[in-house]
Amino acid sequence: MEFKSFVFYLFSLLAVFGALRVVTARNPVHAVLFLVLAFVSAAGIWMLLEAEFLAITLVLVYVGAVMVLFLFVVMMLDINIDRLREGFWSYLPLGATVGALMVLEMGVILAGSYLGLFEHAIGAGSGESNVKAVGRLIYTDYVYPFELASIILLVGIIAAIALTGRKPKAGNKAIDPAQQVRVKASDRLRIVSMPIEKQE
Amino acid sequence: MTLAEMQFILPDLRPAAAELFVLAMSCVILFVDIVVKDTRRTALFALTQLTLLGAAFVTWSGLSGEVSYTFSNTYVHDLLSDVLKLMLYLTVMVVLVYARPYVIARPLLGRGEFYSLTLFATLGMMVMISANHFLTIYLGLELLSLSLYAMVALDRDSPKAAEAAMKYLVLGALASGLLLYGMSMIYGAVGSLEIGEVAERINAGVANHTILVFGLVFLIAGLAFKLGLVPFHMWIPDVYHGAPTPVALLIGSAPKLAAFAIVIRMLGNGLIVLSHDWQLMLMLMAVLSIAIGNIAAIAQHNLKRMLAYSAISHMGFMVLALACGVVEGDPRYALNAYSSAMFYVVVYVLSTAGTFGMILLLARSGFEADSLEDYKGLNKRNPWYAAILMMLMFSMAGIPFFVGFFAKFSVLQSVVAAGYLWLAIFAVLMSLIGAFYYLRVVKLMYFDAPTDDTPIHTPFEVKALISVNGLAVAVLGIFPDLLMWFCLLAIRLSLAVLG
Repeated sequence: MEFKSFVFYLFSLLAVFGALRVVTARNPVHAVLFLVLAFVSAAGIWMLLEAEFLAITLVLVYVGAVMVLFLFVVMMLDINIDRLREGFWSYLPLGATVGALMVLEMGVILAGSYLGLFEHAIGAGSGESNVKAVGRLIYTDYVYPFELASIILLVGIIAAIALTGRKPKAGNKAIDPAQQVRVKASDRLRIVSMPIEKQE
Repeated sequence: MTLAEMQFILPDLRPAAAELFVLAMSCVILFVDIVVKDTRRTALFALTQLTLLGAAFVTWSGLSGEVSYTFSNTYVHDLLSDVLKLMLYLTVMVVLVYARPYVIARPLLGRGEFYSLTLFATLGMMVMISANHFLTIYLGLELLSLSLYAMVALDRDSPKAAEAAMKYLVLGALASGLLLYGMSMIYGAVGSLEIGEVAERINAGVANHTILVFGLVFLIAGLAFKLGLVPFHMWIPDVYHGAPTPVALLIGSAPKLAAFAIVIRMLGNGLIVLSHDWQLMLMLMAVLSIAIGNIAAIAQHNLKRMLAYSAISHMGFMVLALACGVVEGDPRYALNAYSSAMFYVVVYVLSTAGTFGMILLLARSGFEADSLEDYKGLNKRNPWYAAILMMLMFSMAGIPFFVGFFAKFSVLQSVVAAGYLWLAIFAVLMSLIGAFYYLRVVKLMYFDAPTDDTPIHTPFEVKALISVNGLAVAVLGIFPDLLMWFCLLAIRLSLAVLG
């Protein structure tokens, strides 16, 4: 077996294992962590396809941001896993049908590429790394849309602060951090000069 | 790759100078808001107005009939963009003057963000007006929408505003999704998103027609959402009603100019070859909008809600003109049709600004003046304001010789020229129905006894501006030629199909 296919099978196995554990894990935190494993393995497979930009985005966006958010939510909500599982057998027929449909769809696509239904093979064309290609386009041809996107993010920040940032109500005992930072030693500590007591 | 290849060639920034100026100034205003502590925000108000004046100066000094592109053809500078941008600055300036007493009376609304978000929304509209790339259109639209969503919810202690903002956000996001999906389909068929190139490649016949039309349907649905055309109009009454009146004024006025620009650039420039497909869609939506907008407006008791339905019918009228540009593949009528649509939208923005301005003028702390009841006997309380509102209502109803009449007339002219006589007759009939609810406001003002005798206090500049606004509707009605000539020239020099 070629090394490349070995790596492919390794990542695929890990991805399938992770995905299985997502639905079977009893602890929701574990389930989220297994989802992270599945994503990272999928990113590895993309890397094998020389689609490194997609791989990096998957890790940065899904693993780095979305999954962490998921973890926070799961940790904050007190989920009773046994009550969630109560309807398992009644949901099974529907779930199995959806699953079977997905397997069928994947089968069509995979079999299709064997039968030559798709003329264009997916793969890197020029040998140039696609992170480089995307980066160059963003900073040259698409610099205007790119900068516009940054302004949209700025407006998002302004909107979020304007809609949620509230001044503490009267009677609120929270301390202003700016005041805390600006505190001087003399505000807290009083040095008293005492007359030296003579020893008798 | 060598270093030389990687080097960034600075694009020509001159055509986009106004955008850069507005962007820089909005960031400055954000900082000034931190430093200057003033509950009336006089400094911010003055800076915002100065920014708009400065942008108007920059645009005015770059005024020329030539078409130039920059930022790798994602940005276009032509007469159409100049004229629409000048109108845009004027509208936003007027909106801010009308809004000022209202936002001072409501501290939650009148925060610094009100001014910076207004400027960012203006920037979004400028980007839309000058877009030459589907991606730029989308991003400009998002910049505008995001600012507006936040502005609707700015008065965060009002449940009505929060509800309106939520509806606006969810439906607006859905519309953006539809638009983006349509764009991606067109990209799939054509292989480019640059408007000129899309037109060229469709002309060359390399694109798959089925995929193109499939994308077009989504594109039109997204646009119709943003314009508020039936059957995608549900958000308009709720948002106009729930949003604070100054924000409703902003949503109801300036964005229509930008929406006109993107429709004319996408459909009139990029996809003109598919006009046979999109004209029928636009026509159906126009007919439905004119009918439903005018009939539903009769049942409203809230003036803002009534104006929302009137907005739907007016947008129907505007789109009706756009749908009559190309007859059997011949773009002969396009110049007249598109310029009458432009004239219509400019006139509509003018009269809407005045009407909402009047609501703002009568409102005071704790009183919104948005119910029809509040206008009873306005003539006895202040005859001059009643006269202005009457002129605005007459113009909106399309009564000769106010400017709204000429707007409707020029649209109908192009509809008849394109050979759709029955459409013109239908539009006239629906306008007659529409005249009822505009005239009802006039009747309430002149023939009913006032229920509220509170004296109306208005700052001088608001009084002067609303008088100019009301008189403009009447004066432009007597001399509509100059504005019409501007619209004709802008369309003729900017549309590739007419060149």
